[in-house]
Amino acid sequence: MTPPEARHVAALGRPAEVDRPEEAGRRDFLRAAAQVGGGLVLALVLPACGPKRAASGLGGASAGASAGASAGGSAGGQVNAWLKIAGDNTITVLVDRSEMGQGVYTALPTLLAEELEVPLTAIRIEAAPVGDAYINVGNGGQVTGTSNSVSDAWDKLRLAGARARTMLIAAGADAWGVQPGDCHVEGGTVVNARGERLTYGQLAEAAAKLPVPKDVPLKPAAKFTLIGRSLPRLDTPDKCNGSAEFGIDVRRPGMLYATLAQSSVLGGTVQEFDDSAAAAMPGVRKILQTPTGIVVVADHFWQAVKARDALKISWHSAKESAGLDDAAIRASLRKTLATDPGKAARAEGDVAAALRASPSVHEATYELPLLAHATMEPMNCTAEVSAEACDLYVGTQVQQMAQAAAAEAAGLPPERVRVHTTLLGGGFGRRLEIDFIPAAVAASKAVGAPVKLIWTREDDMTHDYYRPPASIRLDGAFDAGHKLVAWRFHSVSPSITARFAPDTPDPFDSVVEGAANCPYQIPNLSVNYTRQEIGIGVGYMRSVSHAINCFAIESFMDELAHAAGKDPLAFRDELLEKKPRHRRVLQAAAELGGWGHAPAGRHLGMALMEGYTTVIAQVAEISIEQGALKIHRISCALDCGQMVNPKIVESQISGGIVFGLSTALWGEINIAGGQVRQQNFNTYRVVRQNEMPEIAVKLLDSAEPPGGIGEPSVALVAPALGNAIFAATGQRIRALPLAAQKFVKIA
Amino acid sequence: MQTLTINDQPVTTDADPETPLLWVLRDHLGMTGTKFGCGKALCGACTVHVDGAPMRSCSLPLAAVAGRKITTIEGLSKDRSHPVQQAWIEFDVPQCGYCQSGQIMSAAALLAQTKNPTDADIDTAMAGNICRCGTYARIRAAIHRAAELSRGGA
Repeated sequence: MTPPEARHVAALGRPAEVDRPEEAGRRDFLRAAAQVGGGLVLALVLPACGPKRAASGLGGASAGASAGASAGGSAGGQVNAWLKIAGDNTITVLVDRSEMGQGVYTALPTLLAEELEVPLTAIRIEAAPVGDAYINVGNGGQVTGTSNSVSDAWDKLRLAGARARTMLIAAGADAWGVQPGDCHVEGGTVVNARGERLTYGQLAEAAAKLPVPKDVPLKPAAKFTLIGRSLPRLDTPDKCNGSAEFGIDVRRPGMLYATLAQSSVLGGTVQEFDDSAAAAMPGVRKILQTPTGIVVVADHFWQAVKARDALKISWHSAKESAGLDDAAIRASLRKTLATDPGKAARAEGDVAAALRASPSVHEATYELPLLAHATMEPMNCTAEVSAEACDLYVGTQVQQMAQAAAAEAAGLPPERVRVHTTLLGGGFGRRLEIDFIPAAVAASKAVGAPVKLIWTREDDMTHDYYRPPASIRLDGAFDAGHKLVAWRFHSVSPSITARFAPDTPDPFDSVVEGAANCPYQIPNLSVNYTRQEIGIGVGYMRSVSHAINCFAIESFMDELAHAAGKDPLAFRDELLEKKPRHRRVLQAAAELGGWGHAPAGRHLGMALMEGYTTVIAQVAEISIEQGALKIHRISCALDCGQMVNPKIVESQISGGIVFGLSTALWGEINIAGGQVRQQNFNTYRVVRQNEMPEIAVKLLDSAEPPGGIGEPSVALVAPALGNAIFAATGQRIRALPLAAQKFVKIA
Repeated sequence: MQTLTINDQPVTTDADPETPLLWVLRDHLGMTGTKFGCGKALCGACTVHVDGAPMRSCSLPLAAVAGRKITTIEGLSKDRSHPVQQAWIEFDVPQCGYCQSGQIMSAAALLAQTKNPTDADIDTAMAGNICRCGTYARIRAAIHRAAELSRGGA
């Protein structure tokens, strides 16, 4: 498989390697600009990109922009702007993270509205264009991922709001000839001591001419009026009447529809094809070969699909994937686990000596399968290519990579590609990929019209970048006093990071997450990783390696607790002496889940994790009824730091649990002869309404900085369930999914 | 040419009679509220009402709906005032939102038949609608709430 364009985006979860301003520099370059037609635009202007982009004729205004600087772009295309206040009092926040259900179109505007002192409902949302100001420093690019949208925006959007407010007050004070200190703001107006008011819209143009203040204090948490409240989501109403626009819903004048024929053997390429029958079918406009397969363009999507079925294509199978099957992959990872020691990601004490000296040594190997993302909205992209420019309408988590991929396919410089980010019908990491973009661009270029290219569900499931499989061995040893003194973690798995950034200097980052920062205090501890590629493109999937490593770590903790003859809660608690935050969360989950008080016939299992700077624990309550697993309840407590919107946090945590349930119970992609066997939701099962257990979530008050909420809860479901199954049956779960384990029937 | 009744309006289309209703709605008529999820009646994202019954439009050829009354998410109400929509908004049910047109249409069909559905009724009626974001608990609560609103509850 061709690695995706990695020019702009370093691996997720690693410090950015792209050129970027330091934080201090960023603040210095926050500038105000007059909006076209009058108004205030508060923009982050970067010396490296502002003038360059303005000169490119795309995207419009930058530093000190005047109306003239917007040539080629509208007021809506202000590069780097976060906030626009128009003369008609419209307040628009440009959200630079993609909305895929996690609530950024509500949470990020809340941060700005808090300091601007306006109701959240007064805010309009626009998706930000591509711009260097929108780089997510933690992700090394304009990337929505690693659950860090709020932590990335926490200071910068509040500061943008505070600065805009300060400037509006100054403009009002100037207008009245009074001191700014004698004015305050109230509901989108500036008010003076005499009670006179001017609206933000009336003041915006004057405010735009003022210098941006540098040292503006931010509100202390005690003064928050919006942050911390469960305000209604701004995107809800349009998602209840069909008007919300996802990528697949984009319509452009004269638009045609397309579908893509790809090799059923992963990575295969077209050897030759006969399109004579397909070309003669109703509505077919064009059939073209692209690097990823044969594109059929037609008046309507169904016509394109029918014509695709009539194509005769012989494929050249890629050497790496032609003979692949998942059983062989699994055997190969297991073999490597036994023969290669891996590279050390963390090493403390002397694990080998502690294992040798121990009277009580334990080991277990855990195995996890390939998984598909299966977003509800299949991959799609609409491209509108002309000789001068390309407009791309796409649900993407990676605007810069999308731009680069489209530019290459269109034969245009990247700055000539405008990326219009739509709502995403699920992301889960699948839309960190750009593999569905080039064929749409090539098709639009070939037919000279806008083209919407849609993958079918089967295309989507059989051509994913799959969550990597893993084989993980854990060793643990007690001293004579039953104290855990040694812990060895060794994982063998392909590297997602290396696929995105082949030049990455070390093989670690996400692949050892959860293991390298394992919170338990053990004097001799090692974490090793062996990178082994498998001939299949692997990708980031919600909770990434946490979901893999947490299964192994928390299952093994349970094994060790039982080996030591201790209660799994007490056993963990003893190893968390210096981690009060973790102990508090664990206790809260235990209380919520009724630890120690399981109803008759019910059994409990627990898991704990720190990930995305959130500390989280779960308790699963199950029973075995006539030999079949019945899941009654998943209880979850977490400390995710300060919360912008607790209701959204709760929905992300409970939704993540459902996602984790699907993967724990049924999630598995099988490969035979290089082809993915699961094609649709009948064979790739996910949890449905009638299969839902009760889910209880306890959000702990916390003064910690905001942590991630979209991903962490996914990871704990499988180990909590496995540990509960052991409590019920004495059978250890060391591989997933549960449905594939012979002794587990699912009720 | 075929004439259909969609959201109480007569609509004419030249689509091939074998075209699934889903694509007639989305591509030919520009009604994109009804979503494509699986194409095999496995996920429920494309649910519409045909003569009041919930049907998966991705697997329903145009020829099969001639002369029948079709309601889509766009026609459920003009102003999001259907009790199911009100409850959905009150409970902030959607996350990504992609499956929600189908969920709402299945829920509305359930309530049209069963004024006060039990949890078991909800399981049966909603098992065909997948939500990958996992909004199921709020969907269940919102259906109960919609039932209450339908009965005139505040």
